[in-house]
Amino acid sequence: MLRVEGITRKFGGVTALSDVSFSVAKGEIKGVIGPNGAGKTTLFNIISGVYSQTAGKVFLNEDDVTGLSPEKLALRRMVRTFQNIELFNGLSVLENVMVGVHTRSRSGVLSCSLRLPRNLKEERSIRETAMDCLKFVGIEDLAGMSAESLPFGKGRMLEIARAMALDPLIILLDEPAAGLNSRETAELGRLIGKIRDSGVTVALVEHDMELVMDICDSIVVLNLGNKLAEGTPREIQENQEVIAAYLGE
Amino acid sequence: MVRDVNSLVKYAIFSSAVLLAPLLFSGGYLMNVLVFVGINTLLAVALNLLLGYAGQISLGHAAFFGLGAYISGVATATYGMNPWAALLSAAAAVGLVAFAIGFPILKLKGHYLAMATLGFGIIVYIVFNETVDITGGPSGLSGIPNFDISGFVFDSDLKNYYLVWAVTLVTILLSANLVNSRIGRALRAINSSEVAARVMGVNVSLLKVQIFTLSAVISSVAGSLYAHTMTFISPASFGFNFSVELLTMVVIGGLGSVYGPLFGAVLLTLLPESLRAFQDYDIIVYGLLLVLITMYMPGGLVRGIHVVTSFARSKFASEVVKNAQG
Amino acid sequence: MPNCGCETETMSHQILQYALSGLSTGAIYSLIGIGFAIIYNSTGIINFAQGEFVMLGGMMTYFFLSLLRLPMLAAMCLSILLTTAVGVVFERLAIRPLRNANPLSLVIITIGGSILIRGIAMLQFGKDTHSIPAFSSNEPLVIADATILPQNLWILGITFLIIAANRYFFYHTINGKAMRACSHNRRAASLVGIGVKRMVLISFAISSALGSIAGIITAPLTMTSYDVGIMLGLKGFCAAIIGGMSSGVGTVFGGLLLGIFESLGAGLISSGYKDAIAFIILLLILFIRPQGLFRKAETERV
Repeated sequence: MLRVEGITRKFGGVTALSDVSFSVAKGEIKGVIGPNGAGKTTLFNIISGVYSQTAGKVFLNEDDVTGLSPEKLALRRMVRTFQNIELFNGLSVLENVMVGVHTRSRSGVLSCSLRLPRNLKEERSIRETAMDCLKFVGIEDLAGMSAESLPFGKGRMLEIARAMALDPLIILLDEPAAGLNSRETAELGRLIGKIRDSGVTVALVEHDMELVMDICDSIVVLNLGNKLAEGTPREIQENQEVIAAYLGE
Repeated sequence: MVRDVNSLVKYAIFSSAVLLAPLLFSGGYLMNVLVFVGINTLLAVALNLLLGYAGQISLGHAAFFGLGAYISGVATATYGMNPWAALLSAAAAVGLVAFAIGFPILKLKGHYLAMATLGFGIIVYIVFNETVDITGGPSGLSGIPNFDISGFVFDSDLKNYYLVWAVTLVTILLSANLVNSRIGRALRAINSSEVAARVMGVNVSLLKVQIFTLSAVISSVAGSLYAHTMTFISPASFGFNFSVELLTMVVIGGLGSVYGPLFGAVLLTLLPESLRAFQDYDIIVYGLLLVLITMYMPGGLVRGIHVVTSFARSKFASEVVKNAQG
Repeated sequence: MPNCGCETETMSHQILQYALSGLSTGAIYSLIGIGFAIIYNSTGIINFAQGEFVMLGGMMTYFFLSLLRLPMLAAMCLSILLTTAVGVVFERLAIRPLRNANPLSLVIITIGGSILIRGIAMLQFGKDTHSIPAFSSNEPLVIADATILPQNLWILGITFLIIAANRYFFYHTINGKAMRACSHNRRAASLVGIGVKRMVLISFAISSALGSIAGIITAPLTMTSYDVGIMLGLKGFCAAIIGGMSSGVGTVFGGLLLGIFESLGAGLISSGYKDAIAFIILLLILFIRPQGLFRKAETERV
């Protein structure tokens, strides 16, 4: 599904990522872990087209998508969420998710201004799709609220619902459990499983080891910009190098 | 749906008010002022699409207004073109200009965008002044014909009032449709988080240019309306000060609200007229309003009023509940 | 038409003359531009009211000279002091309460502030154009075939003195170093105990002082009125943009370059379009090299 090859990124003189390669198989949940400063978020920013890399390639379904902008990647049904949730303030919860349906709708400036019948029909189906996504994550009762008034945990759920509205093939979650309490984290774990069961491949960067070990099918460990190890949760837990890196040896 | 019905009712009430207003003020000087209110409302609606919804500032909108007015004026007064054809050609030409400069200009953000649009506005203003052979320079261009429809000439304030307000009302309706659609949501998304909008597949740079172009075209139409109702134009009406005045209208009325620009335009057009005696104070009042409203009422007057009324309503509701319980 | 090669000679003579007079206008733009850069670097705000400080400098000096009959030096010092006070009050009342507002609100606030200052100046000083006497004689000096007014030399001298003082301040004093730290990373600066709020206040004070000095030294040549701030401010901003928003050499070059281009353009092409030159340069730089002429592009971090 997703393959990265030799990703290298330098900021000035600092090498944030050096020659990182791995792949994510269709239908799996892939975890990317590593101590602070390992380059996890930078890696996600590069894959999702927000940053450009110094060297390396990204493949989506064996198509070279290196250097494509986030909006082009969205058309290829790759989507992501953000560590510090990026909601559209000033829009309602439902409207936030409706923006997620953008790539699956057509109406342009003219047909929207004139409210042509075609546009009205599309608007109805956008609304239905968005409502379904809210139901999928379980916050449909909040549809009419304004996005900025949501508590943090619900905001996280909204961001995932919005991403799901894109009907993605793969979803990248950037530290989805950050800032959540243990009950919310457990809920999140179940939701991620549900996303995978609906046929969407998942890749996530995460600090919460319990969550990662619990839900991931395989894990990549980064340390100081290098790939340290890759394997099943069990293999990673027993890997001496990984243990050493986390203990700060 | 309820919201739709509500807004339709509001729109109907507002339209009938516009339709009936001349019965109250018919004739006299005020009619002329109300024509201006209409043109300014049209301009404020245009700027609000860009600034209030997409969150992109422009300090050069007076230039698009001026280009519309001058293209219309020169085409009709000098080359004898039909005013309606001139209006359409001006709109098309201004649209092309806006589309072309839109890509490099809208790559800039915040303060830089403000400065670039301001620079564009001043260059256009200087060209109006210096191309004396074409525009008549600082002393202006006169002899611009009125609009006419097969012999019916729009030559009085009352006729022009209905013409201008017809265009303005239709534009308000269309822009209200637009902002509550797929495109409008994408615009508001850009305003809030550009990177998240891109991740959702919104082609941010193209959409910004499209809305910039639309906004410029509406301003150009306002310019043509202005030229053919006034029959005389001069560069002074299209300078930096007017761009700031437009900005003030939108900010005072309320960024990103359908009727905000209307409030702003009415207030800022009528205020100086009613304060004739204090003519020199209007500039200070603008400055003070800009600062105070941005600091203490970021939603503008429309939202300010809304907050007050909904507060009163909730107070009333809780009283009712209390009484019912008691 | 004379044909003795003296045509090219007059041409080069003219160019020299235009360049010389452009130099002192350019110095003024540099001073204003540095004011923009100092505030931008410490706050991330482009202060649209910068030009009004320039206007206040000139207009207040005129006011103190002609109405209060103060001696020249006293009038100048007093107006620099008062303009600085206006800058500080502006920061305290309009900028500080909005520290975390979005850029759009800040743009609008500083525009509002500039209109307000201009309006008050208009009420106070009237709409007339004024001039203040030159600092020394009005006899033109002849340098290498070109003539130059003593006031131009004053402008150049004072500008370079101020730029040197500015550099000393930023590199050799505690407050200056703290301000540089703020411009690199505001959060890190506050973590090591630098009072960022105070630095912002100081940057407004310095910028308004620089602006008023620019306004005073140019007033004998270019006249002053309540509305000169808009154009001078914008051109100072243009200088700062060319210089990549540096509060030092870059902006000085930017200002001088702009002054010379303008003067040559006005002399050789058309004086009517003189003001347009600055804005065409501004747009070109913003479109092609928004980081300025002398700076490498930096990657924006999300």
